[in-house]
Amino acid sequence: MVEWTDFERTTISSIFASLDYNDVGPKALCRCLIVYPWTQRYFGAYGNLYNPAAIKSNPLIAAHGVKVMHGLDRAVKNMDDIKATYAELSVLHSEKLHVDRDNFRLLADCLTIVIAAKMGSAFTCEVQAALQKFVAVVVSALGRQYN
Amino acid sequence: MQQQLQTAKMTSLTAKDKDRVRTFWKLAGPVSDDIGRDALARLVAVYPQTKGYFSHWSDVSPSSPQVARHGQTIMKAVNDAVAQIDDLKGGLLPLSELHAYTLRVDPSNFKLLAHCLMVVLAAMFPDEFTPEIHMAMDKFMAAVSLALSEKYR
Repeated sequence: MVEWTDFERTTISSIFASLDYNDVGPKALCRCLIVYPWTQRYFGAYGNLYNPAAIKSNPLIAAHGVKVMHGLDRAVKNMDDIKATYAELSVLHSEKLHVDRDNFRLLADCLTIVIAAKMGSAFTCEVQAALQKFVAVVVSALGRQYN
Repeated sequence: MQQQLQTAKMTSLTAKDKDRVRTFWKLAGPVSDDIGRDALARLVAVYPQTKGYFSHWSDVSPSSPQVARHGQTIMKAVNDAVAQIDDLKGGLLPLSELHAYTLRVDPSNFKLLAHCLMVVLAAMFPDEFTPEIHMAMDKFMAAVSLALSEKYR
């Protein structure tokens, strides 16, 4: 069971409360697909991903980005048992979607960067450390059911 | 063409990548001291296991002046690397020897520092640090890391 300090709990809640999921989700997913193009392999059915402009204007990608944020929201609301909260999602990603676990980390890094861009100087070392701990727990939970 | 083939063997940076890095660095270069201080402070704060490399300092916290000074040192080298983007292996040879024989920093840590650098760039330049620039900078830092590990074995 993960131990969270009060600072970490407050920080994670307030970061996510301040985010517009409809904005941040698409930005994070697009950034991942552009910066790490091999991640596009999972989005074959999503239409035109031919270049950054196409990715950024792709409505299916945008919708999926929003979906990812709502998935993260569940972890934010259940910080004391993210592992159980994500048990089904983990099975989905491993058994059905066959997503390489390393990709979770790539998307998490891109989300961190999008949040840093939004928050600017408010994204201090301590805030980043709290977010990193949170995404590391999320990534671990998502990879849990793989083997 | 010959030039391109030669550089392609050393790094995977395309002409476009280099152009993007050089152009973006016109913004970042002048504040590289600030960037360096912030990036290293974040490294030790966010990835505490990296503090192990700095156990010879009296203060390894994010607010440490030693950390700040060293962040600047690192960033000066990154600054130089931008100028030597066409021959990173050659340009970073002395630093590669330093890292291989003296410092022996596990190369996985280069990725962590590079990520912290991307975070600083995003926070400082939210509009300019587009996904395309991010990719070019990410590739550049990967090439720098590769050049730094050149002499490891």
